[in-house]
Amino acid sequence: MPYLIRVVLPIPLQSLAKTGREVAVRVEGTASLDTVLDTLETSYPMLRGTIRDQVTKQRRPFMRFFACGEDLSQEPTSNPLPEMVASGEEPLRIVGAMAGG
Amino acid sequence: MTGVRVLVGTRKGAFILISDSQREQWDIHGPLFPGWEVFHIKGSPGNPDRLYVSQSNDWFGQVMQRSNDGGKTWETVGNKFIYAGTPDTHQWFDGSQHPREFKRVWKLEPSLTDPDTVYAGVEDAALFRSSDGGQSWQELSGLRQAKGHLWSPGAGGLCLHTILLDPGNPNRIITAISAAGSFRSDDGGQTWLPVNKGLQSNYELPDPSTEVGHCVHSITMHSAHPNVLFMQKHWDVMRSDNAGDSWYEISGNLPSDFGFAIAVHAHEPETIYVVPIKSDSEHYPPEGKLRVYRSRAGGNEWEALTHGLPQSNCYVNVLRSALAVDSLDPCGVYLGTTGGQVYASTDSGDHWTAIVHDLPPVLSVEVQCLT
Repeated sequence: MPYLIRVVLPIPLQSLAKTGREVAVRVEGTASLDTVLDTLETSYPMLRGTIRDQVTKQRRPFMRFFACGEDLSQEPTSNPLPEMVASGEEPLRIVGAMAGG
Repeated sequence: MTGVRVLVGTRKGAFILISDSQREQWDIHGPLFPGWEVFHIKGSPGNPDRLYVSQSNDWFGQVMQRSNDGGKTWETVGNKFIYAGTPDTHQWFDGSQHPREFKRVWKLEPSLTDPDTVYAGVEDAALFRSSDGGQSWQELSGLRQAKGHLWSPGAGGLCLHTILLDPGNPNRIITAISAAGSFRSDDGGQTWLPVNKGLQSNYELPDPSTEVGHCVHSITMHSAHPNVLFMQKHWDVMRSDNAGDSWYEISGNLPSDFGFAIAVHAHEPETIYVVPIKSDSEHYPPEGKLRVYRSRAGGNEWEALTHGLPQSNCYVNVLRSALAVDSLDPCGVYLGTTGGQVYASTDSGDHWTAIVHDLPPVLSVEVQCLT
């Protein structure tokens, strides 16, 4: 069953991808961080390497994944996303971590 | 258009400064790539409207873009920099071996003839080349065979920051790495030799004349005399008359021979410029005076160029890629500071004017003359 996942991008990546704040990503099969990011990077190849390593697929250290008030950053990336994200009621938020002074 | 285009990389974006050949009135364009560190932006000699830029930051990593219209519009290209072969290690600050990890592109050097060929010097130190306009990158991994396990990061990181292409010999490439030294290839980048004989690092290294490990900050050459190289080392200004086979000191009467940037006049191969910095711990000009020093004798005899530059309470730095010349007559000289100023001289350095005062800290300055 395909899912239409809403993804909110940080402002620098909106500029890079020439999108608005939110993009919709159509995912087949399980809606997980892996499948959403795979599809996102296929639709917007300029984002490759900016969210996760292009080879290892490891999340970049200062990137975070939030949804439904939870931090999913440390979860296994193959885990299903929360139902409200899969249903499109809530977005998956890709966030640059607070790392300033 | 005709005139001059100055490409400025800063901590928070890029700026393009444009003037006619009089170089008196400037239009400031930017910030481009706002918020990103732009270590380098450079145009192709083969097609000056083809520009390449390295943008990066700690959050989103490395992004590469190119322009085909002199910087009016940009498109992302490949940012996949994968070291060739089995991952290796380099020397870490504590003397142990540390895995080599890609961090960013410091330097872009487009081919002298082919706009689609461009070299990239990266941190952790390695040299990459693209032959498809930046879409894909391949490492010239023979460089790391030149005792790469002994290369150690300088304070700014283990960066390959200098790439010189010999205009008379397409097989010759010279690179420099902090803190490893200078290296030369005579076969198009396949094999490399350290070329550091004569460098002395008396305070920084246990063996002052070691083959690799020197903290070379920048090297430049004049296109008419490609065997003559000028180097700003951590301490010492050096010269080679044989493409790096041997070096000798030309610091002469400089107030400090520490510094980062060095440049050579466009029409006078024996006229060179440096910006002395007080010391490795005090990264600002001696006595709070921003002075460019010029030698018209190929070194050793230096004169201070001060007219139009701040001569009191000035504590900015001029980084290794932030000094450049144009090819007009008289030769223009340009420098960018960590205080966000870009100064220009239209008379070979005798007089200076600030084009802009308040940019983010300047990382690099390049100049194009457009006809």
